[in-house]
Amino acid sequence: MQLLDSQPWSRCRPTEGESLRALPSGAAERGGREAGGDASRFRIQRPRASLWAVVIIPALAALLLPGGSVSGEERFPPPDFTYHKMPETPAPAPDSPLWDLIDTAALFAALMVATYLALSRRSRNGLLILAGLSLLWFGFQREGCVCPIGAIQDVAEAACNVHRAVPITVILFFTAPIIFALFFGRAFCAAVCPLGAIQELMAIRPQHIPLWLEHALGILPWVYLGLAVLYAATGTAYVICEYDPFVAFFRRSGATSMLIFGACLLVIGIFIGRPYCRFLCPYGAILGLVSKLARWHVRIPPTHCIRCRLCEDACPYGAIVAPPAPLSPGERRKARRRLVLFLAAVPVWIVVGAIVGRMGHATLARMDYQVRLAGWIANEREIDPNNKYALDAVRAFENTGESAQKVFAAAAQRLDTFRFGSTLLGAWIGLVIGLKLVQLCTRTPRDDYHPDPRRCVACGRCFWYCPEERVRRGWITSVESVMPQGTAVAWTTPQTPSSKTA
Amino acid sequence: MANSDTHVSRRDVLRDGLQMAALLGVGGLGGYLLGKQGRRDLLLWQIDPYKCIACGNCATHCVLQDSAVKCVNSFPMCGYCDLCTGYFPPEPAALNTAAENQLCPTGAIVRRAVEEPYYEYTIDEDLCIACGKCVVGCAAFGNASLYLQVRHDRCLNCHECSIAVACPSQAFVRVPASQPYLFKHRIRPA
Repeated sequence: MQLLDSQPWSRCRPTEGESLRALPSGAAERGGREAGGDASRFRIQRPRASLWAVVIIPALAALLLPGGSVSGEERFPPPDFTYHKMPETPAPAPDSPLWDLIDTAALFAALMVATYLALSRRSRNGLLILAGLSLLWFGFQREGCVCPIGAIQDVAEAACNVHRAVPITVILFFTAPIIFALFFGRAFCAAVCPLGAIQELMAIRPQHIPLWLEHALGILPWVYLGLAVLYAATGTAYVICEYDPFVAFFRRSGATSMLIFGACLLVIGIFIGRPYCRFLCPYGAILGLVSKLARWHVRIPPTHCIRCRLCEDACPYGAIVAPPAPLSPGERRKARRRLVLFLAAVPVWIVVGAIVGRMGHATLARMDYQVRLAGWIANEREIDPNNKYALDAVRAFENTGESAQKVFAAAAQRLDTFRFGSTLLGAWIGLVIGLKLVQLCTRTPRDDYHPDPRRCVACGRCFWYCPEERVRRGWITSVESVMPQGTAVAWTTPQTPSSKTA
Repeated sequence: MANSDTHVSRRDVLRDGLQMAALLGVGGLGGYLLGKQGRRDLLLWQIDPYKCIACGNCATHCVLQDSAVKCVNSFPMCGYCDLCTGYFPPEPAALNTAAENQLCPTGAIVRRAVEEPYYEYTIDEDLCIACGKCVVGCAAFGNASLYLQVRHDRCLNCHECSIAVACPSQAFVRVPASQPYLFKHRIRPA
């Protein structure tokens, strides 16, 4: 009780006007609460509040906050102990970088095994087992981090921001699957990516979706990619990680909204295979584009296509493309005219996109902390009391003792950055739409059934449909035994290479 | 026939050229980033204790079920008070370790009598949930020696820390791995 005598009890009790939720650090009185000028840019409603803010807030602050600083003060000087030894504050070290090394080694090993299983062994069962192992290791054991999808953002931020760099592990995680895809197609999506694996294992009753819908939704990953790069490059947010639907499962904890979103995707994924990979994943979009150049891409038949059409409906991801039917001269002329028109429209799409993007920059900038804070400070008196985040932010800002003008200036600068960034984003989206339309009216003349590298995730479902594959495996002795009666296709003789019809 | 052969080879040449260009592009980007990283230290997330307002978001926004943020006591700053306002709620019934007298919702602060009349407060990190109640209490009426820190044995070091996103005072900063903690010192830096 000696302590109580020297430091009166009343000193430790909240007195009137002294809130228990007092600010832990430096509650210096805020001088300049000028709310004119720049503030009007960030105020959302009721501009008259500024008058009130000027008069009332400093008065309230003077009443509520005890004079001088709170935390710097040593109210109870630490004692000089005679025999007691003051302990050290524990400072546990981070995990050893060995884990990063193991992760990188595991990634390369898994990529090589997946490529071997997809291209050489042509084994769907092997790919499924590898997908399960990847899900367990990269997903549930390493909890979905580092992942190449999120690494897009690190790379974008480090490439655009002079002050940022990325660890070697992240660089390897970003580049290795792309380089593999450049030669062998999307082996990463097939059995290495834990997000792909969890959806592949859930795709129990996959149904086909109409081709137009497939194409339309196929634009989304590119839009998402642009958005993620914009937010990462401006240092605003990592949206891919924030809205990752499955990482909450891997960690067995996470935001409720994301758990619900992930569960919905999994349920949808039973019927529409791999919804995230096909219609959202920005990294899958990059890999798909790069796979177009792959020399050793997955093939449906082990040798040559006999055009038996048995694999036609095999792919739940809509990746199997039939050989295009020859066009009549009239149709060809029409198609060519359409192509020229759509090619000419690409710059128009870009310009329209850029204009729309520029118009929407303020909306996109709302994600930015400085812009939001400026809005809250300008609207201080109208903040919804349920918005704990805004209230805390304003309280924290008042705690720093900085002038509001500084925040408004910083937010104005951020808005300028976003005006430029969202113009680029808009142009990018315009380009994507324009090129998609161009792609829709081009035809690659081929005479075999093949998987479109952009959509094929090398899952291996189609292998078993191919009679040539069945012969290779020794399940049947000849191709004829599985062909429907009376199928008159010239498949007994090997095809001449590329007998072009169109 | 000859015509179709040249067609195929032109396509192949174009593809090979694009492939090499893409390889060079990806390799160049990787090389540039590697060069930029150089021998730079890995960056880790940490809380600047002078910015933190102990709002409690650390307890709820970490991707880990059990937040990687924990309270620490800066022993050289601590007043070793009998009536610790980080340990006891306002107007406690008695100054003892009975559960009803503790401010900490999980009883993570261990109170131990050291030299008369002083008490030492240590944090049981397995129990601490980083709610910040003790931090606010200590700062309001004590020396502010209790504050929150990211514990690197627990932190996953996400690309983007989800507590940092939800931090209203932007107290989350990236620190080099060689100096992974921002401990408070007895005299506050200017």
